[in-house]
Amino acid sequence: MEDETKAPEEMERELEEMRECYRSGRTMEASWRKSQLKGLLRLLREREEEIFRALHQDLGKHPAEAYRDEIGSLIKSVNYALDGLKRWMSGNKAKLPRLALLTTAKILPEPLGLVLVISSWNFPIGLSLEPLIGALAAGNAVVLKPSELAPECSSLLANAIPHYLDDKAVKVIQGGPGIGERLLLQKWDKIFFTGSARIGRKVIAAAAEHLTPVTLELGGKCPAVIDTLSSSFDRKVAVQRVLGAKFSSSAGQICIGVDYVLVEKKFSSSLVELMKMMMKKMFGENPRESQSVARIVNKHHFLRLRSLLLDPLVKSSIVYGGSMDEESLFIEPTILMDPPLQAAIMMDEIFGPLLPIVTLNKIEDSIEFINSRPKPLAIYVFTKDEPLRRSMVSKTSSGSIVFNDAIVQCLVDTLPFGGIGESGMGRYHGKFSFDTFSHQKAVMRRSFLVDVWFRFPPWNDHKLQLFRSSYHYDYLGIVLTVLGLKRTNRASKGI
Amino acid sequence: MAGEDKKQQPFDSKAASSLVAELRGAFASGTTRSYQWRESQLRGLLRMTDEHEQDIVAALRSDLGKPELESVLYEAAMLRNSCKFALKELQRWMMPEKVKTSLTTFPSSAEIVSEPLGVVLIISAWNYPYLLSLDPVVGAIAAGNAVVLKPSEIAPATSALLAKLLGEYMDSSSIRVVEGAVPETTALLEQKWDKIFYTGNGRVGRIVMAAAAKHLTPVVLELGGKSPVVVDSGINLQIACRRIIVGKWGNNNGQACIASDYIITTKDLAPKLVRLPYPHVLVFSLYGVVSCTLPYLFQVDVLKNELETFYGKNPLESKDLSRIVNSDHFTRLTKLLDEDKVSKKVVYGGERDPTKLQIAPTILLDVPRDSLIMNEEIFGPLLPILTVDKLEESFDIINSGAKPLAAYIFTNDKKLKEHFVNNVSAGGLVVNDTTVHLAVHALPFGGVGESGIGAYHGKFSFDAFSHKKAVVYRSFMGDAAIRYPPYTNGKLRLMKALLGGSILGILRALFGRS
Repeated sequence: MEDETKAPEEMERELEEMRECYRSGRTMEASWRKSQLKGLLRLLREREEEIFRALHQDLGKHPAEAYRDEIGSLIKSVNYALDGLKRWMSGNKAKLPRLALLTTAKILPEPLGLVLVISSWNFPIGLSLEPLIGALAAGNAVVLKPSELAPECSSLLANAIPHYLDDKAVKVIQGGPGIGERLLLQKWDKIFFTGSARIGRKVIAAAAEHLTPVTLELGGKCPAVIDTLSSSFDRKVAVQRVLGAKFSSSAGQICIGVDYVLVEKKFSSSLVELMKMMMKKMFGENPRESQSVARIVNKHHFLRLRSLLLDPLVKSSIVYGGSMDEESLFIEPTILMDPPLQAAIMMDEIFGPLLPIVTLNKIEDSIEFINSRPKPLAIYVFTKDEPLRRSMVSKTSSGSIVFNDAIVQCLVDTLPFGGIGESGMGRYHGKFSFDTFSHQKAVMRRSFLVDVWFRFPPWNDHKLQLFRSSYHYDYLGIVLTVLGLKRTNRASKGI
Repeated sequence: MAGEDKKQQPFDSKAASSLVAELRGAFASGTTRSYQWRESQLRGLLRMTDEHEQDIVAALRSDLGKPELESVLYEAAMLRNSCKFALKELQRWMMPEKVKTSLTTFPSSAEIVSEPLGVVLIISAWNYPYLLSLDPVVGAIAAGNAVVLKPSEIAPATSALLAKLLGEYMDSSSIRVVEGAVPETTALLEQKWDKIFYTGNGRVGRIVMAAAAKHLTPVVLELGGKSPVVVDSGINLQIACRRIIVGKWGNNNGQACIASDYIITTKDLAPKLVRLPYPHVLVFSLYGVVSCTLPYLFQVDVLKNELETFYGKNPLESKDLSRIVNSDHFTRLTKLLDEDKVSKKVVYGGERDPTKLQIAPTILLDVPRDSLIMNEEIFGPLLPILTVDKLEESFDIINSGAKPLAAYIFTNDKKLKEHFVNNVSAGGLVVNDTTVHLAVHALPFGGVGESGIGAYHGKFSFDAFSHKKAVVYRSFMGDAAIRYPPYTNGKLRLMKALLGGSILGILRALFGRS
C-alpha cells in the first residue's frame, strides 16, 4: 500500500497540518460535527453495494451478515449520535452546597485534539467507523488506520472517506505493522485500539511515552454457560442463539462471540444432539455451499486454527464437523466434547468456528471455572434460575454479561461496551463513545461580590473555628461565631 | 497488626509479589465487597482523622512546616468531608443503574452494575501527604477494593504516621501501607494490579504508566503543569489579588499542583478600570490615568499590599507559610530565581533563608518566555507576571504550552469569560477565583494531556476504582428468525427494517413492501 513508503517527515508534516486544523477551532463547531456524521450516513447508504462486495471479498460475508453486524449497526449509531449531539455537547451542571453563594459549577466536555483509531480485520468497516462516530461527535481530528488484513475494506475506506468527510481533519492511513509502529511513535491526544492483547500492550507502552490516554478493545475466551432447561422451546432457542453467536458472525472470528460452552454432564448429550440438529437446519448438509458461514480471514489464521485440532486428544473429541479446505480458507462449523483443558484450544482465544463443550458436575462450578481464567469480554448465561443468575452477576467479572442470548449487548446504545483486565480498558458505544473521546472539563464561576473573609491569612483560632463550622455546613455556627457567641474550641473534634 | 512494613527486611520483588497474592486472596474471599465492610472502613478513616488530628498536624509541621490551619483545613477537614460524602452516598453508588433498551433488542432489560476492580495500588505525593494518600483510598474502599498505599518518602513523618494509623484503624487483611522510596516503588510497580492511582509529576507518571502497560493495568495519573491566572482590567483588584495570594502562598507556600503558577495581564489597562463602583477603584483609576503606560504596577501594588497584610513585613518569619520541603527543591527554586534573564525582574521579595529552607513570597515582572521559570512547573513561592498587548493573546500563550491542571481568569467581561471557558483547555477552570474547584465533590478533579489521565473526588472516585459491567436480561421469547442462517435477501430486507427501529418499517418489510 502506498502509505508504507511515505517518508517519516511527510507523515509528521501531515499530522502537524491536522493539528493546525484542529487548533483553528473548526472541528469544535456543532455544525461541523453534524456535517461529518451526516457524511458518514451518506457514505453508508451510497456505498452499500461496494461495502457488501469488499466484505465478501475480505471475509466471505453474506450481505445479510454484513448489514446486521456492520452497516445496520453503524447507521443506528450515527443516528443515535446525531440525536444526542446537542445534549452531549452542553455538559452537566454540578450541584453545589448552599454555602457556595453566587457560584456555579459545570462539567463541560471538550475534544481531546488529534486522535488515532486503529481497527481490526474481523469487522473492518464496523470497527473502523464506530469509534470514528464518537471521535467526530466529540469534535476531534482523526487518523484512522484500518487493518491491512482486510485489504479491500481498507482501500474502500481510504478512497471513500475523503469524499464524505472533511479531508483536512479526517485522514485514513493504510498499512501494516510498519506503519502502525510509526504511527505509535507520534504524539496523540488519544489512541483507540481494537485488536489482540499482545498488540494492545505495545499500544499502551507507546502511549505511556506521551501520557496519551488509551481505550483498548481486546478479547478473551467468552463462555456460554447453558443451564439444564426444562422447556424444549427454551432449549431450542438457547441452542439457536449460541450456535448463531458462534458460527454465523464472521465464522466465530468475533471478540464477543461464544468461545466455548459450559454445561452439566447430565444435560450434555441431549444438548449436543440438539446442536447437531440445529446445525443442519442453519447450515444445511454442505455448509461450505450455504453462503452462511464466513471464511477464515487468511492463511496464517487458517493454519493457526488447523493446528488447534492437530493434538490427537483434541481431534478425537470432535463430535460434529471438522472438515477444512485450505484453498478456500473454509473451516466447517465444528463441535468438540470435553477436549483436554491444557490444550491450546482451551487456553487461547479460538477466534474461529470451533466450539468446545466443557462438562461440569454442577452448573454452579462454572463460576470457579470462569474465575480461574483471565476476565473475558463477555459472559453468556442461559438459565431461568434466579439464584444462579444472581451468583453469576455478583461472583464473576467480565466486560459484560448477558442472560439468555449472546452478542446483542453491542446493539444497546445505553450500555458501555468494553473489557476489563486482559479483555481491555475503557469503553464506547452510544454516549460512551462521545465521552471516551472527550475531556470532561470542570468549570467553576465565582462572583466578586461574595467571599468568606476568614479565607485569608493571618490565621488565628477565630478563623479556624469559622472554617470548622463552614466545612460542617453549620450555618448557625457560623453566625454565632461571627457574633462572638460561640466559643472557639481548639480541642473540638469532629470538624 | 500487620499494617507496617518491617524496616529490617528489604521490600523487594518477592515481598511485593507475596503482598499482592495475600491481598488477592483477601479480595477473592469477598470481604471487601459488602456494604458493611466498606462502611466500617470509611468510618475507621473518619475516626482515625478525628482522634489523631494533632498527630497529623505535628507530622505535617515536621515534614513541611505547614501552618496548623492549612493542615486542619486542607488535609484533615477535606479528608473528613470526603469520607462523609462517600458514607452518605455509598448505598446509592452501589446500586445498579437501569438503562433503557430499544426495539432492536426487544424484549429485554439492561443495567450497569458497578463492581470493584480487585487489588489496587495508590502512590501519593509529598505536598499534601495526608490528603493525597487517603482521598484516593476513600474511593478505592467505597468501590470495594483491596488497597496498597505507598505514601511519599519525601514526607517521612506523615508516611510513618499513615503506616502506624492505618495498621491500627483499618482491616489489614485488605488494606496495607508500604513505606519506602525508589526500590520499594519499583518492586510494587513490577506486580500486576487491577488499577494504579498515582499523584505526582509527569516524569514518574510515564514510568508508572509504562509499568502498568505490561499488565494492561488501567491508571489514573494526577500530575501537574503551569496553571496560569489571566487578569483583566475592570475588576475588583483587591479581591482578585487576595484570591490569587491565598491560592498560591496559602497553599503550602505555592507547592500545590493547582496553585497559580504565573499571571498574564495586559501592558495596557484601558479606561475600563472604572467599571465597578468601588471607592478604591475610583481612586486608583485616577492614579491609573496618570500612570496608564505602566498600569501593571498598579496591580503589583495591590499584590504587594495584600501580601504584607497577610504575611507581614518579614515573611521569612511568618508562621503562616509552609517551608520549602527539602534542600533539593530549595536549590531548584533558587536556581529559577537567580537565572540571569530573570534575577533583575524581581519586584517584590526574593529573600531566602537556606537554614530554614524558606523563600519569601516573590513576584517577578515581565519575565522572558524562554526563561527557566517559565518552562517548568514552579511549585514554590515565586510568581512571575507575563505581559501582553491584548488579553486575548494570553489564550494563545496558554494553549501553545502543555495543558495545565487548572487555569484561572479574573474578569467581568462576559465575552472574554466565554472565550476563556470554551477555548482554554485544562483539567479544570475557575472564573474569578483560584483553586476552590478542588473542594466541590460534584466536579471531577483531574488533568488532560501532560497534566494527567482520569479524575476523582466525590462519585468520580468511586467510578475511578470500579468496573462498570453491562448486564442484559433477555427472554427466550421474541426471536427473529431473520437473525439466523440460512441468510437470504428477504431476511436482509427485514433486518434493515428491524435495525432501523421503526414499527412501520418492520411491517412494510414483513409484507414485502420495502
